[in-house]
Amino acid sequence: MTDRTPSEGADVCIVGAGPAGALAAHRLAEEGHDVVILEAGERFDFEDRQRRMERAIRPAHGPLSVWEMGGERDRFSSAGEWFYPLNAARVKGVGGTTLHWQGMVMRFHEEDFASWPIDYDDLRPYYAEAERALGVAGAADNPYAPPRDEPYPLPAFPPSYSDSIFAEACERLGVTMHSVPNARNSEGYDDRSACVGYGTCKPVCPSGAKYSADHHVEKAEESGVRVVTRAPVQRLEHDDAGERVTAAVYATPDGETHRQAAREFVLAAGGVEIPRLLLLSKSEEYPDGLANSSGAVGRYFMDHLFAGSGGTLDTETRQNHVGFITSECHQFYDDPTRGTEGSAGGVPEWSGEKEEPKPDSIKLEFLNYAGPSPVEMALTGEEFGDDLLDTLREGYGNSIAMGGLVGQRPRKENRITLDSSTTDDHGNPVPEIHWRVDARTKSSLRRANEIQHRILDELGVDVSWTVGPESTGPAFHHMGTTRMGSNSEESVVNAQLRTHDLANLSVASSSVFRTSGALNPTLTIAALSLKMADHVDERL
Amino acid sequence: MELTRRDALAALAAGGVAVGTGALLEGNPFADGRGASSTDAAPEERMASLLAVAEVVYPTELSGVEEFVRTYALGRVEERPDYREGMVEALDTLDEYSKSWFDDDFRALDAETRATLLDQMGVDTASPAPEGADADRVRYYLVNELLYALYSSPTGGKLVGIENPQGHPGGATSYQRGPREGGDSR
Repeated sequence: MTDRTPSEGADVCIVGAGPAGALAAHRLAEEGHDVVILEAGERFDFEDRQRRMERAIRPAHGPLSVWEMGGERDRFSSAGEWFYPLNAARVKGVGGTTLHWQGMVMRFHEEDFASWPIDYDDLRPYYAEAERALGVAGAADNPYAPPRDEPYPLPAFPPSYSDSIFAEACERLGVTMHSVPNARNSEGYDDRSACVGYGTCKPVCPSGAKYSADHHVEKAEESGVRVVTRAPVQRLEHDDAGERVTAAVYATPDGETHRQAAREFVLAAGGVEIPRLLLLSKSEEYPDGLANSSGAVGRYFMDHLFAGSGGTLDTETRQNHVGFITSECHQFYDDPTRGTEGSAGGVPEWSGEKEEPKPDSIKLEFLNYAGPSPVEMALTGEEFGDDLLDTLREGYGNSIAMGGLVGQRPRKENRITLDSSTTDDHGNPVPEIHWRVDARTKSSLRRANEIQHRILDELGVDVSWTVGPESTGPAFHHMGTTRMGSNSEESVVNAQLRTHDLANLSVASSSVFRTSGALNPTLTIAALSLKMADHVDERL
Repeated sequence: MELTRRDALAALAAGGVAVGTGALLEGNPFADGRGASSTDAAPEERMASLLAVAEVVYPTELSGVEEFVRTYALGRVEERPDYREGMVEALDTLDEYSKSWFDDDFRALDAETRATLLDQMGVDTASPAPEGADADRVRYYLVNELLYALYSSPTGGKLVGIENPQGHPGGATSYQRGPREGGDSR
């Protein structure tokens, strides 16, 4: 029988076994500390990954079933102007959301840190460590990326055939394409195989070539870390003075409740469950929620939004061989209003009206999985035999598309609160998400579409779809709900990722981001987690 | 275009069945299915029924279908008795409809009538579901089972123009190749 009783004499208790928790646990254990991780979800057997892939491809099984998300455990409310599909956005289990992420890992640009209490140089060595830990395949061919001293640990994946189609049009427009840093093995690395092209990276990589944090959980366990699965933390308790956390109270499947004591506590459960746990842990000293003297816990919730467009060409484009992207463009990141100049005239400057807010950063992507996958088409088709084959041949082959991300600025009203009218399987109020997309974000989306359409037009694409300001959705990057800052009156954690209010409570998550940028957050989460672990180590 | 044993093994891998390339996959997937009674079809008849479904849902330009389907189905159910039972029940369901509407087992009908039966059952528009209504289960356990096997295999992919279809671990070089090098063998 699985032992889910508390560890005695733990130095560090980490809540969450996703990338932030796994990397911190591994580092702290390597430094000789006694670490226990409490994970709400279960441990997924690697041997089952191909069956999970089948679930992802076959239409009988809903997308949430791939990693067993949803149900009573994961109830939530969406109360904002825009519905937020929370259960599609995160995985609870050993490995966390890296089990179903896309695996794109960029360093934030220097300008992204403008309002943070740390700058790019503070994080720079940790970025390099994070790239080594995740096994990033990349190349230093991005003229817009921040400075770096060392090569990527793995060579970049070569560009796709469809990238080469884009390259000609981009050349004529003066648009620069460059490689994507991927947390995906381009060759064998760290006891994981090279990518073998299953084509289902998100939501599942059967080969293990795509990094997922269960890999570092295993390494952490080899270094002595104990992982207690299916142990959702119900609340945190603190001492009489309200200065230190004394225990994490967690539930187990047998209906028991336990108290895990430790000298240091780290919250690494993602941008929604971390503020929820703090709000659930309110006390006489902290009537608005633990570590919430600032009132900022749960506030400033941000996500990235998708902008994209695509259609068909009168030539074969070779899509859906792999499930990841090999080329992107940061040219419109630091100044999204800029135009370009090329032999064909270039991308025009931003066309915004005076009253329209100026757009924020934009990242552009050149997709390798545009249009339908033949096997998925076959499984949902309404024809069989030769008729089906004719339809598949007609539907597959000449699709092409661009994607992209834009970010949101931090706004107080976008926030995570508790909905006491709905409870989870342990009787706790569920997280309530208040989310809307403001005018500036819509400007960024419109600008992204403007650039994408110019490139697609230059290419001669018959554009059939566009996802923009009125039809977009979140990229599932939860940021900002326990923001970092020097001023304890408006932020939750300091530059060391430690809460202002409690001396032994730290946060490792994109929840500490002050701004969202427009780049995928996981490498920054990993770098911050390693930095935080060093600070915890110093205190122990 | 010919389906090969390699295609069957690749399709099995896409479903999480690890079969060594040297493994001998012979026999009948329904040979020791549970729930057999004197009124049930014999294992070889069930296999014939599955092949009869394949004849409807697979394109006519394929060859090697019998060995492909037999190998795939055997590997698929070898250690999954519940899955075998689902397939057996779906085959029995097909026969029930077939006997009721056309006075014969499904496998005994001509190909055109089989296609008509699937359409009349609503299998073409059904929502595949292992616990669903009759048409949903036939779609899940038989039709989509066979389509998944075919179109996630290298040969099935090539039929459509993609030699490394989703679900097949065909490496990380095919995506770099253009159409002329890519082996579009249509």
